[in-house]
Amino acid sequence: MIRDKVLVKCIVNGKEVAEYVDPRESLLDMLRNRLGLTSVKKGCEVGECGACTVIIDGETVDSCIYLAVWAEGKNIRTLEGLEKNGDLTRIQEAFIEEGAIQCGFCTPGFVMSATVLLERGEVLTREAIKKHMSGNLCRCTGYQNIVNAVEKVMKENAAENEGA
Amino acid sequence: MYDIENYYNAKSVEEAAALLREHPDSRIISGGSDVLIKIREGKMAGTSLVCIRDIKEIQGISKKENGDIYIGAGTTFSHITNDPIIQECIPVLGEAVDQVGGPQIRNIGTIGGNICNGAVSADSAPTVFSLNALLRIEDGNGGRTVPVKEFYLGPGRVDLKRGEILTHVIIPAEEYQGYHGHYIKYSMRKAMDIATLSCSVVSRVDTEKNILEDVRITFGVAAPVPFRCEKTEAALKGMPVDEKLYQTIEESIRQEISPRDSWRASREFRLQIGGEIAKRALIRTVELAGGNRK
Amino acid sequence: MVGKSIPRVDAYEKVTGRAKFTDDLIPDRCLVAKVLHSTIGNGIVTSIDTSEAEALPGVVKVVTFQDVPDHCYPTPGHPWSVEPAHQDVADRNILTGRVRYYGDDIAAVVAEDEVTASRALKLIKVEYEEYPVEIHPRKSMYGSNPPIHFDKKDNVLARSNFFIGDVDKGLEESETVVKRSYKTPIVQHCHIENPISFAYMEKGRVVVVTSTQIPHIVRRVIGQALGIPWGKVRVIKPYIGGGFGNKQDVLYEPLNAFLTMQVGGRPVKLDISREETFRNTRTRHSIEYDLVAGVDKEGRLMAKEMNAYSNQGAYASHGHAIAANGLTAWRLQYACPNVRGEAYTIYTNSPTAGAMRAYGIPQAAFAIECFMDDIAKEIHMDPLEFRKKNLIQGYYEDAYLKPIAANTNGIFECLEKGAEYIHWDEKRKEYADQTGDIRRGVGVSVFSYKTGVWPISLEIAGCRLSMNQDGSVQMQIGATEIGQGADTVFSQMAAETLHMDVENIHIVTVQDTDVTPFDTGAYASRQSFVTGTAVKQCAEQLYDKILAYAKTLLPEQETRELSMDHGWIYAGDEEAISLEAVAQEAYYSLSNSSVLTAEVSTQVKKNTLASGCCFAEVEVDMKLGTIKILRIINVHDSGKLLNPQLAEMQVHGGMSMGMGYGVSEQIVLDEKTGRMLNGNLLDYKLMTALDTPDIKADFVELDDPEGPYGNKALGEPPAIPGAPAIRNAVLHATGVAFNENPLTPQKLIDGFKKAGLI
Repeated sequence: MIRDKVLVKCIVNGKEVAEYVDPRESLLDMLRNRLGLTSVKKGCEVGECGACTVIIDGETVDSCIYLAVWAEGKNIRTLEGLEKNGDLTRIQEAFIEEGAIQCGFCTPGFVMSATVLLERGEVLTREAIKKHMSGNLCRCTGYQNIVNAVEKVMKENAAENEGA
Repeated sequence: MYDIENYYNAKSVEEAAALLREHPDSRIISGGSDVLIKIREGKMAGTSLVCIRDIKEIQGISKKENGDIYIGAGTTFSHITNDPIIQECIPVLGEAVDQVGGPQIRNIGTIGGNICNGAVSADSAPTVFSLNALLRIEDGNGGRTVPVKEFYLGPGRVDLKRGEILTHVIIPAEEYQGYHGHYIKYSMRKAMDIATLSCSVVSRVDTEKNILEDVRITFGVAAPVPFRCEKTEAALKGMPVDEKLYQTIEESIRQEISPRDSWRASREFRLQIGGEIAKRALIRTVELAGGNRK
Repeated sequence: MVGKSIPRVDAYEKVTGRAKFTDDLIPDRCLVAKVLHSTIGNGIVTSIDTSEAEALPGVVKVVTFQDVPDHCYPTPGHPWSVEPAHQDVADRNILTGRVRYYGDDIAAVVAEDEVTASRALKLIKVEYEEYPVEIHPRKSMYGSNPPIHFDKKDNVLARSNFFIGDVDKGLEESETVVKRSYKTPIVQHCHIENPISFAYMEKGRVVVVTSTQIPHIVRRVIGQALGIPWGKVRVIKPYIGGGFGNKQDVLYEPLNAFLTMQVGGRPVKLDISREETFRNTRTRHSIEYDLVAGVDKEGRLMAKEMNAYSNQGAYASHGHAIAANGLTAWRLQYACPNVRGEAYTIYTNSPTAGAMRAYGIPQAAFAIECFMDDIAKEIHMDPLEFRKKNLIQGYYEDAYLKPIAANTNGIFECLEKGAEYIHWDEKRKEYADQTGDIRRGVGVSVFSYKTGVWPISLEIAGCRLSMNQDGSVQMQIGATEIGQGADTVFSQMAAETLHMDVENIHIVTVQDTDVTPFDTGAYASRQSFVTGTAVKQCAEQLYDKILAYAKTLLPEQETRELSMDHGWIYAGDEEAISLEAVAQEAYYSLSNSSVLTAEVSTQVKKNTLASGCCFAEVEVDMKLGTIKILRIINVHDSGKLLNPQLAEMQVHGGMSMGMGYGVSEQIVLDEKTGRMLNGNLLDYKLMTALDTPDIKADFVELDDPEGPYGNKALGEPPAIPGAPAIRNAVLHATGVAFNENPLTPQKLIDGFKKAGLI
């Protein structure tokens, strides 16, 4: 029976974090319960819905099927890390402008998946965008406006890069 | 919180082998996308885990001087897909594992885990079979190398003894050089799904003579283990590339595979789809080889 | 303000992750509860031994069916009725020893943590006596021994019927008579947030924080289930992650309330897993339909008859209201002199069916709209032309339920827009008589839908407005924001009627039954219509109060008429005093202070029919049995749009649900045990982004005289017409009529083989 907690040191939203965690904890448990990062939502706990998506070392991961102890040495980003003192990132703004938010429960996961995609700087077809967003389920929006929001920012970024 | 009895972290293959022997109730965890789900479901609740994520030597992809490709068992699907060696030498494998689950799953799931859990629906398996891959297994005591075909014993069962760890999937040079492959996953959704039926065809075409020189066809979910269609392969080898070839593969596959009825799909249905996807996959490999499809 | 596409008032909170859902509010040191579910589908618990579970360190309490109140309670999110004959069926205990479906709730554990609770469940020893399992309504309705519920010997929960004219005579006089049978599957809501609650006691009362659409109803039902005064119950509803009708039912809240009372009022969390959500909450009823219709030489409907058999599953929940709603739809929208219908709702050993978006109409519309295409095919008429020939233009009213009526009716304009988008005439010709492996087709379907539940049930709504010191307004509403945008359009409505900026309307998103005005909740596409009426009345009252008070401050303007516009009180055309100054006086005047507030509780005795259509273009891969949706459009006649962008969003989501209903979603039960085989998000085929084509929403905006702002139902209708439109497009493409949704590859391959096409 596990009794000893394990020290995990990692970077969460740009800050160094050192937490003693139970090796049975998921990263989802750690982020929500120990660090209060409640944007990380729990929808299925088996990696099927993507509501708990976070970015680990530049890749999206379902934090529900990722043990907290694995976070050692990792750079982890959640939705809370995107806004800077209330200022939103472009993709967050686009989610609002395009009407990509309804109940809001899947939104944090979608924004994180979109964030990684946009940071790669690629210009993709709608089909390819959909593929990148296919690990996140949404029941409210039919995905239409979510894909629109991602596509909009992707095009803006491309235009900016061309201009520069 | 997962119902895990004990958790051990191995830093080397030797340490992992020793931990597994020392704790007979333990099992290996790598990416976690299979084991953690089974713990959550209760099927593996209360298990102990030996984690092999920190073992660097079983991660990444390399090409040896003789052209053999070594894929570390701990390499994730997305890393395989994005790897330049894979993209250049065996793109079919990168494309196949790009159809596992969704992006998040592909960022954690590993090819070693995909093979070792013995699931007949594993998206890597048909292609690994069609590439005649070898599996390098270490036990801290010399280890062994086995053809992947001999590794699968039954549904969810593989030939991995206590204290053994799959370290590399080896694609020998002669098995991929000059070949082209295509994998078709037939599932109910385009993402976040497991295969209802899957087929990987790897072929070598003499484009001058317009002859199918060699072909290997493997099905997932058509039998208790990934299934090489050897009879059909033998029948097709040496055939001219024309409509008759495609007709032959479709019919022959329906004779050779023996899928079962389940609530997911009927045997009849899988036979219909099986013939069709094998044909379409072969057509694609011929196209990739620059062959004449007529 | 009304009619503008302003951003959601909660968008910022949601896109930053600051919006707090139930699980984000769990108190420290909250205990964890888990439920023990039966491993048989029908039978009785003969013994239960909890001693080992109780002995496990960390277990606080184990309760079984033997510990809960004996009396039964109802669960559906209907307004209560003071007439016993109209009260919901009370057939459920908090836990049960009489197992009625696979996974029934027989015991519960409260523990210090999740792992301990799970381990304790495994230590409870249960023995059963098993009865045969029956999951099919048309078999179950001949009775079972013992019956599923002792007071319904034939397992028939309810039946109802109606007739207009003389159907037999009408059929006799018809040129062509067509008979068909259709069946719809069990599906699930799949809101991404599972039902979750936590409960604790405070000052001798029980407080339940829960993800629900219907806080005031949950309060009443907890009182009923526990046999305690309703005033002893307080229910709080924070942001919720979707509901779609599943949370228009009282789910595990009574058990949660019971459990906290069993542990001295300590907080207890009851967090239902995804698998439990599938199996143990609610589903959409599977309904089987037998339809008959006769048409004359010109293709006009002469007579029609519907017989419907609805699979209720193990408990009554919303019960017969679902099938009955479909029966009503049978007599609406299409002109036909002779109409008859009968519906049965039948208990089986399936999981319990309840409310789900559009409440029985997706089922009925699938049957009716497939049938309309099948009749058209039988008489060699274009299915759009057939519909136009038979649909009612302009006003019509229901023959039985007054005052349900199409006070505005835009169906013909909807059809015109949709047909143009899909290029109906060209595509019908282009895709006729195809023979290849890849075939294309276009299909159409229509629907009508009520706005709210009057006169079948009560419609009542509440609103409270209170002016702040700065002239802004606090707004409290009893109806709930569940993702549909209710808070936003209510804010727009108040701003419109008060002539204020929407930024100055501060709506309280959390409902708390201790303080929130009474309203029955979010369902029936009722809110913008019913609650909207309350908002309008309340805002009008406040407007008048503000002006009346302002008048006392403006003795010099005694003769001029006052009005209010965006922060100013005008006397005639002149700015007389700022609203802020009026508000300050109202709060702090030493001579005459009285805070300006208004509150209404409004009963609404109106109902108006919305309508709309879907057009779909599909490509069928004959040999792989797959359908690719190339283009799809819904066109809605929902009155004036309150917020066009939000309206479009509602339509997108509904269309996605409709497409899933058409091609991929279904719950599969094991015939022998009744066990659910695919109750998780991997095996239940909810569409992913990659499966979803680009979708198009359009509207016909008629100003409905009954809607408070010209509006009528829009929340649920988008989910209705997709499945039959897709099915009809497949019929056009292949000539094969699939009479059971979803049109899965398995069904397509079977159908094409049977038709000799492959």
